[in-house]
Formats: sequence, C-alpha cells, structure tokens
Amino acid sequence: MFTALLIEQLLNGLQLGVMLFLMAAGLTLIFGVMGLINLAHGSLYMIGAFACATVAAATGSFWLGLIASLAAAAGVGALIEVAVIRRLYDRDHLDQVLATFALILILSEGARWVFGSFPLYLDIPPQLQGAVPLPGGGQYQLYRLAIIAVGIAVAAGLYLLISKTRLGMRIRAGESDREMIAALGVDISTLYTVVFALGAALAGFAGALVGALQSVQVGMGEPVLILAFVVIVIGGIGSIKGALVGAMIVGVVDTMGRFLLPSLLALTMPAAQATTIGAALASMLIYVVMALILAFRPSGLFAAQS
Amino acid sequence: MNRILAASLFGLSLATSGLAHAEPVKIGVITTLSGGGAGLGIDMRDAFTLAIKQSGNKDVELVIEDDAQKPELAVQIAEKMIQGDKVDLMTGIIWSNLAMAVVPNAVAQDVIYLSPNAGPSALAGANCNANYFNVAYQNDNFHEAMGQYANQDYKNSFILAPNYPAGKDALTGFKRFYKGSLAGEVYTQVGQTDYAAEIAQIRASGADSVYFFLPGGMGIAFMKQYAQSGVGIPVMGPSFSFDQDVLPAVGDAALGVKNSASWSPDLENEASKAFVESFKAEYNRLPSIYAAQSWDTANLILSALSKASAKDKDAFKAALKAADFKSVRGTFSFNTNQHPIQNIYVREVVKDGDVLTNKIVATAFENHKDAYAEQCGL
Repeated sequence: MFTALLIEQLLNGLQLGVMLFLMAAGLTLIFGVMGLINLAHGSLYMIGAFACATVAAATGSFWLGLIASLAAAAGVGALIEVAVIRRLYDRDHLDQVLATFALILILSEGARWVFGSFPLYLDIPPQLQGAVPLPGGGQYQLYRLAIIAVGIAVAAGLYLLISKTRLGMRIRAGESDREMIAALGVDISTLYTVVFALGAALAGFAGALVGALQSVQVGMGEPVLILAFVVIVIGGIGSIKGALVGAMIVGVVDTMGRFLLPSLLALTMPAAQATTIGAALASMLIYVVMALILAFRPSGLFAAQS
Repeated sequence: MNRILAASLFGLSLATSGLAHAEPVKIGVITTLSGGGAGLGIDMRDAFTLAIKQSGNKDVELVIEDDAQKPELAVQIAEKMIQGDKVDLMTGIIWSNLAMAVVPNAVAQDVIYLSPNAGPSALAGANCNANYFNVAYQNDNFHEAMGQYANQDYKNSFILAPNYPAGKDALTGFKRFYKGSLAGEVYTQVGQTDYAAEIAQIRASGADSVYFFLPGGMGIAFMKQYAQSGVGIPVMGPSFSFDQDVLPAVGDAALGVKNSASWSPDLENEASKAFVESFKAEYNRLPSIYAAQSWDTANLILSALSKASAKDKDAFKAALKAADFKSVRGTFSFNTNQHPIQNIYVREVVKDGDVLTNKIVATAFENHKDAYAEQCGL
C-alpha cells in the first residue's frame, strides 16, 4: 500500500511540476529574450482559465475552451506588449515591476468587471474522467496523467521550436545580442511581440488546464506566479531547460514534503505537534531548496550565458 | 387664542417629527469587494444596503470601503472612518485575521462594532468587549455542530484545514464534540490550490469520512479534485464551502454533501422567506449565509435605532443587546459575551431545478452557546 501511495505522490509531484513548467517557460523566455520581469504573467494564466470556462460553458466543449484560452491569452499578451510592455524594455527592472504590477490590478479588476466576483465553473472533459490503475494496487486520475503528457509534449515542442526553427534561431540570437540582430535587419519589435504572445499563450494554456481542477476566480494567478519565479531562479533565468528541471524539482519536493514530513516528524514527537510543525516546514521546503541551490550555483542550475 | 393654539400645534408637530426622525447615524462598512474573496463581501454589502433601503430609514448614512482582504488596509480604513468620518457604528469585516486587526482598536475608541461574519475565539472569551457584538457566530460553532452530527454515522474521520488560526479553531471545534477516532489530521497551506497529495493520503488512510474546512477558492479546488479522484468516502464540512457563492463553481460534485450552518434558504420562518424573496428580486441570485448574517446585522441596528439614539452609547448598547428584531434565523439572542445563542442546522446540498442550493436535514444544536462565554467578564 505504501509503494502505491509513494508512486501516486510522485506522479502528483510531476504533474505539479509540469504545470509550473508551462508558467515558468513563458516567464523565463520573456526574461531571457527581452530582459523583462513580467509580474502580470499570472494574470495571463487567469485570462486563459476564464476564457476556457466561458467558452466551455457556452458551447459545452472543454476542447473549444482550451483553444479559446490559447487565443485569448496570446491575444491579450500581444495587446499589452504593444500597448505597455514595449515601452519598458529600456527602463530598469524597478519600472518594469511597477508597470506590470499595475497590469495585474487592471486585468484583475477588468476580469471582475466582465465576469463578476463569483468563481466560475469548469469541469474536466468527459473523455478524461476516471482513473487508471497503478502498479502496487493504487489508482491515478486520468486527467492528471494527461496533463503530464501534455506538459512533456509542450517541452519537446519548445525544444524543437528553439533549436530547429528560424524563429528559434532569432530568439536565441535575441538572447545573446539584441543590438546585433536588430542591426542584421531582423524586425526585433515583431519578434518581441511574438515571443511575448507565445509566453502568454503557454500561461493561458496552463490556466485552462488547471482551471478544470481548481476554482476559476480573480486572483488565481498570483500564487502560481510566485512558484514560477522560484522555478526560474532555481533553473537559471532565461533557460528553458532550467525551467523544466527547476519545475520538476519544485513540484516533487513540494508534494513529497507535504506528504512525508509530518509522518517523519511523527516518529520523534506527539502526532498533533508533528502535523503542525510538519505542515509549517513543508510550506518552507521549496524555499530552503532554492536557498541551498543558490548557495552552490548562484546563477541557477542552467544559467543562460549572457 | 387661535394663534397660540396654532403655535403650540406647530411646536408639537416639530417635537413629534423630531422623535420620528432621530438624528442621523453614520455606519462604517469595511468589507472585501476586490480580490479573490470579493464574492463574500459583495453578498454582505448587498444584503446590508438592501435591508437599510427597505426600512425606509433616511437617517442612516453608510460609508462603504473595500479592504481587499488585507489587514493593514482594513486598519487604515478603520482609522479614517473613526477619526475622519466620525462613524457611530462599524461592521462588515468577513475574515477573522482582519477582524483581529481592526476590532480591538475600534472598540477601544468607543466605537460599537457589529460582526456580520468572523468570530475569532480571542474576542469571545477573556477579551470580550461591551462595544463588540457578534451577530454571526463564534468561529468554532459550525464545526462543533458537524462534530456532533458525525457521531451518528462515523467512527474514523480524516480532518483537514489550512494552517492558520481559523483553521486550528475549526478542527478544535470539530474535535470538541466528535467522539470517534481520527484517521488523520492534516494542516494545509493557506491559499493552496492543489490537494492531490492530501487526497492520496485520505485514500490510503482507511477513513470512513472526511471533514474539511477550506474557505473560498481552496474549498472549490478541494471538492472538485476530491470528486474527480474517485475516492468516494463521504465528505462533510461547514457551510463555507457549500454556500450560494461557491456552489455554482463546485458543480454537481457537491451534491449530497452535509454541511452545517445557522441558516439555510429553506428555513421556515416569515423573516427568512421575506429576505430570500426580496434578495432574489433585487439581485437575481440566491443569498448566501453571509448575506443572511448581514441582513440580520442591519435589522438589529435598525431595531436598536428605533429605541435609542446611537449617540447615547449606553442606551443604544442595551437596545442592541435586547436583540429585538425579526431574525432570519428564527430564534436569536445574545449570550453574556454578546455572541449569538442560536440553532445550528445540518444541511444537505440539493438541486432545485438547475440551481444548487441547500436544504435542512437535521438540527445539530438548539440554542447553542459558544465555549468561551464563561471566560468573559461582561
């Protein structure tokens, strides 16, 4: 029974990691290419979830909702890049933080204005209801397995996009030397809009996938944003590979910590105390891991050379 | 002679009109109108303003401000209301941590505070205050009711709550009346949205039931994931995760779940029926427990205003304490610590047409008092 539980928790950790990867990939891509700290990334996640919930409610199809979430997040992403973000590339990080924080407030209250203050309903699609048996006698939810598969597919797709295509080449060139590729005649402002929209679409996609598991409500993006920042700091800012490894570390450590710490502590102290202290320690664990990794690799595990 | 008569009639009419229209009273309402918890505050505000509007009392002036669920902001607003607006009464706060930040300071400045939600244990016992009236509940109450009710069917319950004061109050309240054993006790992070790890533990624990207190979006996330996981062990909770504000988002996963509250839209009494009717007519949705408590708070204030001026603090407090109003909860009175003595019901989530709502299936406690009143020196 314990093996089954352990496998189930490991899968839970992977699934959380995959979600974080979708968020962190966009964040790290935008930071790597444009040098921009985008706090409003969580709002794009929220927009994806709202778009999916609204379209799914109107049409009855989760899949159409998923497409809508990609389109809405990419659309809003491109719009705010052109309207606001574009003016921030030459400013320092403090101005960027301030402006993108303002965007959080505007997008959150905008969402409340359009959708109201009450959480929306979004359920997992009927094709992915149910569970599959695990080795060792356990069971695992099909939808979460599908999320893991989708996340791996997105990671592979991003790898191919960046290493094998012309757009990827430009993104890599933009990362290493902005002025040079502009001088070579690449339309840098269109490239920036495309990269920003791509990052936004990934966030919106993550929001829609998670929206079916959680509550679709205003402000749902900010807790995830904090974890996504932890991920890119661990992985090395600007590195997609780092985002993937960092997301897996954070996902697995967080899940395993919540599951194992209270029971480990219970071996040495009374149960009531162990649950309280265990819960408190578990919520700190990923930050401890982040601090440890930064102590040995100050610029993260896979720092992009810049 | 005629002139004297006319003058005295005029004087008399002035005097009586003076009685009918007491001096204006200013009520400061601090509640959560933006951010993730806004649904609760909006229900609170809507019910409160509707009750004042229906009463036709033109002397009540409301100052409504949004605390965005941030304690430091709530404290600033409270200071502004007390020092700047010179409010006579304050109400509106939804969350216990905000209430703890605002209430002790406000009542120390001789402002009367009426809580439409949130009843932290710290304000119910030794630190109770003559200026603090709780019209909602003491935090432990709903959990105590569910603990009591669980004894009927369950022997081995798995309990979980967020790791913060109200979460600990909740599980303490549940355990105070629950007699069975615990299959597990877990504290989760505040604001946590993924419960896969906890659900796996529940599945492995061999529990015969699950009790959880996860307010707001946390509860929605937990219920959806729990239903999807196919664990199938019966779930129960306080009303906070099964009320009108969250039920549409949880969906059919909530059907059949037993939950505890002091009120339900189907409660049989005149005041409750009238309240549900007029709330639906005005806002086109069913009211939540927060709306009901807020409606009662407004009507309690109106009842006291008809007896005494809010400027005459002692007389006004005595009038409040009498609780001489038609509560939507039926019987309602104040204990010595100025917290409610009321029935707590067990409700079940049902579908009424297309709308998910609750109906009462049992009464867990009649005229229930909180556990801290004895420590209060009032």
